[in-house]
Amino acid sequence: MTDNQVQISFTINGDAVTVDVHPMARLLDVVRQQLRLTGTKEGCGEGECGACSVLIDGELVNSCLTPVIQVEGASVTTIEGVATGEQLDAVQEAFIAHGGAQCGICTPGMVLAAVSLRDRNPHPSDDAIRTALAGNLCRCTGYMKIFEAVRRSIAGSMAQ
Amino acid sequence: MSAIGRSLPRKEGRRKVTGQARYVDDLTLPGMLYGTTVRSTSPRGAIRDIDFQPGVPWDEFTVVTADDVPGANVVALITDDQPYLAAKTVNHPEEPVVLLAHPDRHLLEKARGLVRIVIDPLPAVFTIDESLSRTATIWRNDNIFKSYLVSRGDVDAAFAAAAHVVEGVYETGAQEQLYIEPNGMLAVAEPESGVTVWGSMQCPYYIHRALAGLFALPPERVRVVQMETGGGFGGKEEYPSILAGHAALLAWKARRPVKMIYDRLEDMVATTKRHPARTRHRTAVDRQGRLLAMDIEFTIDGGAYCTLSPVVLSRGTIHAAGPYLCPNVRIRSKAVATNAPPHGAFRGFGAPQSVFALELQMDKAAAAAGLTPDQFRRRNFISTGQTNAVGQVLREPVDMPRLLDRAFELSDYHAKTARFARSNQSGTIRRGIGFACFMHGAGFTGSGEAHLASLVTVEAAADGLIRVLAASTEIGQGTNTVFAQIASDALGIDGEDIEIVQPDTAAVPNSGPTVASRTSMVVGKLVETAALGVKSTLIASGLLADGYDSAAFRAAAAAYVAANGSLRSTAQYHPPGGLHWDDEKYEGDAYGAYAWAVYVAEVAVDLTTFETRVEDFVAVQEVGRVLNPVLAAGQIEGGVAQAIGWALYEDVVWREGRMVNGQMTNYIMPTSVDLPDIRVEFAEFPYPHGPGGAKGIGELPMDGPAPAIFNAVRNATGLEVTTLPLTPERLMEAFQFKADAAGMRD
Repeated sequence: MTDNQVQISFTINGDAVTVDVHPMARLLDVVRQQLRLTGTKEGCGEGECGACSVLIDGELVNSCLTPVIQVEGASVTTIEGVATGEQLDAVQEAFIAHGGAQCGICTPGMVLAAVSLRDRNPHPSDDAIRTALAGNLCRCTGYMKIFEAVRRSIAGSMAQ
Repeated sequence: MSAIGRSLPRKEGRRKVTGQARYVDDLTLPGMLYGTTVRSTSPRGAIRDIDFQPGVPWDEFTVVTADDVPGANVVALITDDQPYLAAKTVNHPEEPVVLLAHPDRHLLEKARGLVRIVIDPLPAVFTIDESLSRTATIWRNDNIFKSYLVSRGDVDAAFAAAAHVVEGVYETGAQEQLYIEPNGMLAVAEPESGVTVWGSMQCPYYIHRALAGLFALPPERVRVVQMETGGGFGGKEEYPSILAGHAALLAWKARRPVKMIYDRLEDMVATTKRHPARTRHRTAVDRQGRLLAMDIEFTIDGGAYCTLSPVVLSRGTIHAAGPYLCPNVRIRSKAVATNAPPHGAFRGFGAPQSVFALELQMDKAAAAAGLTPDQFRRRNFISTGQTNAVGQVLREPVDMPRLLDRAFELSDYHAKTARFARSNQSGTIRRGIGFACFMHGAGFTGSGEAHLASLVTVEAAADGLIRVLAASTEIGQGTNTVFAQIASDALGIDGEDIEIVQPDTAAVPNSGPTVASRTSMVVGKLVETAALGVKSTLIASGLLADGYDSAAFRAAAAAYVAANGSLRSTAQYHPPGGLHWDDEKYEGDAYGAYAWAVYVAEVAVDLTTFETRVEDFVAVQEVGRVLNPVLAAGQIEGGVAQAIGWALYEDVVWREGRMVNGQMTNYIMPTSVDLPDIRVEFAEFPYPHGPGGAKGIGELPMDGPAPAIFNAVRNATGLEVTTLPLTPERLMEAFQFKADAAGMRD
């Protein structure tokens, strides 16, 4: 551990980890480089695109704007923690089935945004879906197939 | 059951939804350095000095300048005018001059700020007008990269006889592709072994050719591997050759792997964007509302180097007269040089610019002729067997009235037109509906596909599983899935038994670039042909009996490989019979096939804030056979969204050749709350030379939305805005101009 570093302990996808790191290091870099969980993507580095979305204690945040010191003692979920072993989450299944992923670079953040919406609002309206995904930019799909995937996997029980 | 025509799930979908897909920034090699670029500080000038100021341990850094280039310091494309690194002069404000590499990214960023490039400024030009009037001559002796002339009939005589003559000038701004994954490359390069790059790209063989020239290496010592690619839209067509070259130059000198990933700002300001354009129209119409003549001047701003501008200009020129029959046409087009970073490939490739102008002009011509926009178009649509502006006889079926009928039915066009006319009498929210009719040619223009002579190989592995070897990249559009569907039908086996090999120039043949809506139609057909070659070999060998299933096929293929060492078949592109193109006269069969479309936009304009919202969008198109309905609709929806962004939100602000709003906070693309429902419908006239009857579709949806939206805004407000994007400021100016003009009349 060098002078500027501290020890930060938190859980990631259910596993306890402790990292030696500069306290202001971006959570994004810690996750991608130190923990080698590269499913979290960097699209803009300024909190606009949402490609770096992770859940901190269930809350959707941009990991590019989060200093790692903020997750001390917290529970972090990345895209790698959404499936259960080989069993995909219903949101992930729906993204595959309904064309919600194209180039795939926004997909990890988009899936986490949908999972986060489901946790807060198990029966979202179409407007609520649009609003919940508004912080995650997609340049490929025009969002239509993403809405479809979210509708089918989350709102399904009510809407269908 | 046939795989073609079914919405089979994306082949690499599971990797993408679980975060397991590997993009270039997910790769790390032992001993790897990070690289960065130091750029010009002036739009044009002579480099006097490069000064490495104190503040970092410079001896730890790898520093590369033009002096370090082992081969030719020129980015191989159409014209050899663009250097990898400026040596004596700079021609745009983001021109690369020095490359740096270091293991510590933070120190690297600090060092970048400590390189001072001293430039003696030279006069520069920043607009189409400045370039044409040559306030400074910045490219060869005339600032003109390319010009074309299309000439059909007697335009001047037709104007003399016209009942109505309509004029208009239309301008469109630059647009950033804004793939969410920035450009990135990882290079390993050593004089002894050669150069290998892994990266985000559309065209592995473009990079391959560029690197061979840059390092003066034989082709077999250059290897280019595509990683999963997070969107391209043209922005990863030609630009990655530069970044691959830079990463490789640093790796060559450092003798260590070097990774270069642009941050968003650098990607926005330094890489290519859609060409800004200006189109002038003069249209002659007879008493019955028939087009007599079109006189069109189409000019695009190419930026500082030629890059692909001649080809972009070509496509824009050919699409400028649209899906109409007109006996007399003159199109004069030019691509001009300015001191901005080169503009480049972007979905639509010149057509969105010229189609925008045309479809605003057609509404204007309709009004002049006393017809509604749809009455006017119905009188002038081109149809099967007729000859278009560049002298191509349309042999494949085209039925624009049917597409228009269906688009109007889905959008309830006539009822809404009437309803909005009543409701717009009062209130601050005005509603309008507008449409655009257009086509998009698939594949390279003219003789381009014949020159490419693309290759695809299909082979069986030792276990009998099938591998498709092609250089066509999956960039989100569905290449992997569609190729597997085509091969699956050709071979009569399950898609799961087919692997689409990741493009790697050491393994796959040159299938040409992944551009021009050519992958499904042109390369897909080669996949089909090569797969049929494998099947016929197996049948001829007696190993494959009639009525076989996937397992039997696999066993037969494995047995063949065991007995003969390999089972492979390669197909090469040959143009379908009867296609002729004359490059000199610029006429003939410009494209083997066109997709045709009518798009309808409904808008709400707030006369308090002057914001425009698209409230409903209907996209009806004829694209040949639809290979995969979900993927195809996804292409259309994504293209429409990108075009709505171009029309309303995406405003590149320039200051002396430099984009000054190069962040996602101030360059605004549509989010999930900005878009309407996009309703997509396909008509299908199978194209005999496409796999299963398919034509190209990827670029089509970029062409129509902007003019449909502008026509809808004019329908809503009576305001004529002819410059894109339609920002609230622009609409407010038009409103005030009209109010002032009305005041003067009173």
